[in-house]
Formats: sequence, structure tokens, C-alpha cells
Amino acid sequence: MAGGLANKASTDKVLMKGNEAIAEAAIRGGCRFFFGYPITPQNEIPEYMSRRLPEVGGVYLQAESEVAAINMVYGAAAAGARVMTSSSSPGISLKQEGLSYIAACELPCVVVNMMRGGPGLGGIQPSQSDYFQATKGGGHGDYHLIVFGPASVQEAADITCEAFSIADYYRNPVMILGDGALGQMMEPVEFRPVEEPELPPKTWATTGARGRRPNIITSLELEPALLEELNRRLAAKYEKIKRELVRFDTYKLEDAHWAIVAYGMMARVARAAVDKARARGIRAGLFRPISLFPFPYDSLARVAEQVRAFLTVEMSMGQMVEDVKLAVLGKRPVHFYGRTGGVVPTAQEILQALERIIQNEAPQNANGAWQKEGDAGAEGFWATGGFN
Amino acid sequence: MQKVFGRPEALTEAPTHYCPGCTHGIVHRILAEVIDELGVRERTVGVVPVGCAVFAYYYFNCDMIEASHGRAPAVATGVKRVLPGNVVFSYQGDGDLASIGTAEIVHAAARGENITVIFINNAIYGMTGGQMAPTTLPGQKTTTSPSGRDTARAGYPIRVCEMLSTLDGASYIARVSCTSPANVARAKRAVKRAFEVQLSGSGFSLVEFLSSCPTNWGMTPIDALRWIDEKMSAYYPLGEYKVPEGARQGA
Ligand SMILES: Cc1ncc(C[n+]2csc(CCOP(=O)(O)OP(=O)(O)O)c2C)c(N)n1
Ligand code: SF4
Repeated sequence: MAGGLANKASTDKVLMKGNEAIAEAAIRGGCRFFFGYPITPQNEIPEYMSRRLPEVGGVYLQAESEVAAINMVYGAAAAGARVMTSSSSPGISLKQEGLSYIAACELPCVVVNMMRGGPGLGGIQPSQSDYFQATKGGGHGDYHLIVFGPASVQEAADITCEAFSIADYYRNPVMILGDGALGQMMEPVEFRPVEEPELPPKTWATTGARGRRPNIITSLELEPALLEELNRRLAAKYEKIKRELVRFDTYKLEDAHWAIVAYGMMARVARAAVDKARARGIRAGLFRPISLFPFPYDSLARVAEQVRAFLTVEMSMGQMVEDVKLAVLGKRPVHFYGRTGGVVPTAQEILQALERIIQNEAPQNANGAWQKEGDAGAEGFWATGGFN
Repeated sequence: MQKVFGRPEALTEAPTHYCPGCTHGIVHRILAEVIDELGVRERTVGVVPVGCAVFAYYYFNCDMIEASHGRAPAVATGVKRVLPGNVVFSYQGDGDLASIGTAEIVHAAARGENITVIFINNAIYGMTGGQMAPTTLPGQKTTTSPSGRDTARAGYPIRVCEMLSTLDGASYIARVSCTSPANVARAKRAVKRAFEVQLSGSGFSLVEFLSSCPTNWGMTPIDALRWIDEKMSAYYPLGEYKVPEGARQGA
């Protein structure tokens, strides 16, 4: 399959697994080096890379561990290459020290986490319980990854392809935060050519000090004032990223009274729940963050002006919901519905959770118009036997 | 007037932070002289460890990367895979290489990774203040083996050269010391051989230095060198452990 794809025009649609599409998109985004270690449910990425990278003059190398893999990424990025690694939750935990070094040294790279249920060894079914780790730093020190949570194979391919120029532009590691379901499912995908931004040459790379002063890549700074300066510089970069990279999507949110917030695969189920709610006369809408760092705080704050309450849905015990609360700042109630450990909430369950909220919120709001609407929804809800 | 002795081009003018009598400095000079003699300074990338040599990037006049504790062979692997035409070396202490980074060094050697490793075995954790290392000799006192390393509880030292020599991917493996002019000359020949092995694309090369830590051993510099000759060399015999066909050193 890999050989065939290489010859296809970039606009042809092909049916591919999420993991394979991510691997192919990475190569089209300029990735030529891949270092990884096997773990379910992302094995198709290294497998695809091992077939395909040699065809384009790249290098695939199976590392002895995730720790080694991320440090190989560190070396390859330092040498100026476009490089990627992928793993799933336990393996991503092992990469955290390396990611902290890479972020501190401002080296570009792309990391894929196809999340599975935790904690500990957990399971191999889809999960979103690494949100905190991905978006709040993960390793030690004041740093951030740029994090995207794609919701389809097409979006995963588009973002992965673009991730390499984003990483180069900001000199920052980019994480593609998917889950087992996104990696395993097959969907039609079209590999669109990316427009590369104007990128400065990597004059900082350690390629050999030929006719110039040596380049040094280090994160050691024993002088407190200078280390603080580094942290201030990084913080300024993160502020720029917050201004420039926020991405989100909405569905039927224009006239919504109830906003469901969900990302990644969970957002697709939530979208179906919005349709189910609408069919019952509930004015529900979906807000889907695509960039998780930077999180779309401001846009979500504007939604708070319009809706009566939020329902955050995640495949976790409640992680992104904290960012939703930060965005809403107490202006509206923020509720949570989550399943975890590999259990994926159904659209029906989300609808039930929404109807429960409407039921509880309705009496507190002396607004005739939506009281009526809420009643309609609630009727249907109770008729189906309530929620558990 | 002819200049007969000067600073190698591969060393910067920065004064090192090493303690008086520490042989880290001699190893730096040997390495720099070899880089100069092979004419590879402008295509050399060095990877330094977490340990006393952490600031070595200030001392070598070539591109340098500071790795996390133990991971220098993985970082060097990443560099070398991207830049196969460059010369890539790592410089690591015994805690770094033989304890926290054991997996990385074993697998870099097993892969036949075409890099050169300079391994500083001083039988102690220098930078953190003299704790027991994986290479600490039986009976040797350290801050975490105050009555001497008890092998019944703390196990036995690791002989890195002997261990790595069993791997097919390892091409050149030697153990040297800098306790006398003759040993320094021998050490330099070993380092040069290791770099030549890399330049010829023959795979993984490593030179282990039995190195002094007078500060944490609680010895004078002279006694420290004597201790290497008498005690360390007995446990860790000097010599070439693995040499590629047709490259044996006549030493
Ligand atoms: C992950 C991690 N663990 C521990 C340390 C603390 N640490 C710094 S140097 C060092 C030991 C270095 O000893 P060695 O490798 O023998 O080198 P030497 O200082 O003797 O040259 C340790 C444990 C660290 N920086 N990072
Ligand atoms: S602590 Fe030991 S190894 Fe470190 S510089 Fe001083 S003498 Fe050398």
C-alpha cells in the first residue's frame, strides 16, 4: 500500500486507518526520521514508517525504549531534521523528561499520543485521560507543548502534515493527541499539499562548526537570573502561540441554549447527541476545541454570554472540564459527563446527561421561553427511563 | 621561533571547572588532539552528559549538545542518523553510562551505531558529591557506602568493556588510563583508533578511561593516580578488548 500511495496524486482520496494516515501525512509534511517503540494502539504508525521512510530517503529506527526514542528525537532535531515519534499513554509518560529538555532547548519535533485508558498499565481501549499531561506541561519545569486534538482521519492527516512547519516556526514540540479509536478507524482521506510559512534557516542546528562558531544546545543554566530569563522568553513564545494558534469548530451553536464541549473522537459522538437533542426540540450546540494548547478560552467565554449552561464530555474523569471552567469563569454552570477506562459514552448517554442538566437548571431560571423548551426535552428524557 | 606546544584547535580558551588533579582535563586534551590530527573539528558533534563533564560544551571548540542523564548514546544516535558524514562522540561518566544509561549504551553498541563513546570511569558519582557508583570497587568507601561497598548488599561493579565486547555490533573497545606519560600516549592511540573506526564506518567504538576523582576519593592527586594503578587497574584491566580485523594496535 505504501508504494502505491507514493505515486498517487495528492488530491486522490484513499481509505486509510487513522494511524497510517498520520504516518503518511508526516512524510508529506517533510518528516524523514522516526524513532519509536511498539505499544498498542499506535503500532501502525511505526510499522508504516518502517516501510515508507526508506522509500523517501528517510530513516526509521526502532529504539530500545520510549526514553531512548525521545532522546533520539532530541538528537535528530538538534541536527536540524524533521523528526517524529509516536506512542500511547504509558510510553508517553516515559518521554516526559526528554520532552522537557526538547522544549527547554526550543527544538522542533512532532509527537503522537494515541491515548489509551490508564492509570498504570491500564487498558488498550480509547481514552482521553492524558489531557492534563499533554496540555499542562507533562514533564518538569515551566514549558508547554503545542497540542492538537483531531476528530477525524482527515483532520488528523491535515494537522500532522502541518505540524512540522508549526514546530519549525515556533521551535517547539507539537503533540497530536488522538485516541485508540482515531488510530484504528478507517476513513477516506485526501492528502492536501501544505503551504509552508516562511521559515528561517536553522542556523542554530548542531551540524558541525564549518566556517562558523560552534553551536551549543543545552538547557543547563545555573545562574538564577539567566534561567528566569529563559523562562520569560519561553512564556513570551507561549503567549504568541496563544494569540496565533487557537483553533476550534462549532456545530449548531449559533442559536444554542446548551453547549456541549468535547474534543477529538468524543466530539463526534457529542455531535450526534446534538442532533438527537435538536430532534427533541432542545437547542443544543457543540463547541469543539481543536487546539488544546492553546486552549480557546476567549471564544468559549463568548459562548458563555449566549448559552445557559455547559456540558463537557470526555473519555476521562474530568480533565478538559477544568479549562472550560476557567474560560467560563463562573458565568454559567459547567457540568461534566465522562466515561473512562476505555468506555466510550454513547450519544444517548450524552443526551441523557444533557436532559438531566436541563431538568435541574430549569427551575432556577425564571425565563419562560426556555422553561418551555426544557420541559419538552425533559419529557422525552423521563419517558426513556431517566439517567443512571 | 618554532612553537612546540600549544592549545589544540579543538579546545576553547575557557578555563575548566575541574578540580585540581582530576584527569577529566587530560582526557579533554587527548580528545581534542585527536580531533585536530584527524582534521574533523568542523564536522564533529559532541554530546556531553549530566555529571562533572556537563560543561564540556564550553571546552570543546565544536558543535555540542547537552543530553539528559544517561541518554547521550541515544542523542548521539539521533545526530548520527541525520548526519552520517559527521563525526559524533559522546562523553559520559560511570553513573551516566553504567547505571541510569545502561540500556542506551548497550543498545547503541548492539546496533553497531557508528559513534565513538568516551567513558570516564572514576568509580564514583563526582558531581553529586561522591556517592556509590555502579563501578565503585568492593570495599571502596563512598558517601552512600560509608563502611565500604558491601557486595552482599550492593552487588558487584560492572566491567563495561568486557560486557560490551560480547556484542557483535561493538567494533572497537579499549580501556586506558592517564596515570603516566606512557599511559597517556597509549590512551591517545586508543582514542584515535576509535575515531578512525567511526570514520571508516565500522560501527560502535568506546574508550574507557580509568579516571581520578581526588576530591571525592579524599586523596591527593598523586595518591589518586597510584590508586588507579594499584587498585582500579587490578579490577579493570587495561587493554584493547575488541579491535576490528586488520586494525590491531601494536601496544
Ligand atoms: C534524571 C536525573 N537523575 C539524577 C540526576 C543527578 N545527577 C547529576 S550528576 C549525577 C551523577 C554523575 O556521576 P557520573 O556519571 O559518575 O559522572 P561524574 O560526575 O563522576 O563525572 C547525578 C546522579 C540528574 N541530573 N538527572
Ligand atoms: S568531583 Fe571528581 S570527577 Fe568531578 S571534577 Fe572534581 S575531581 Fe573531577
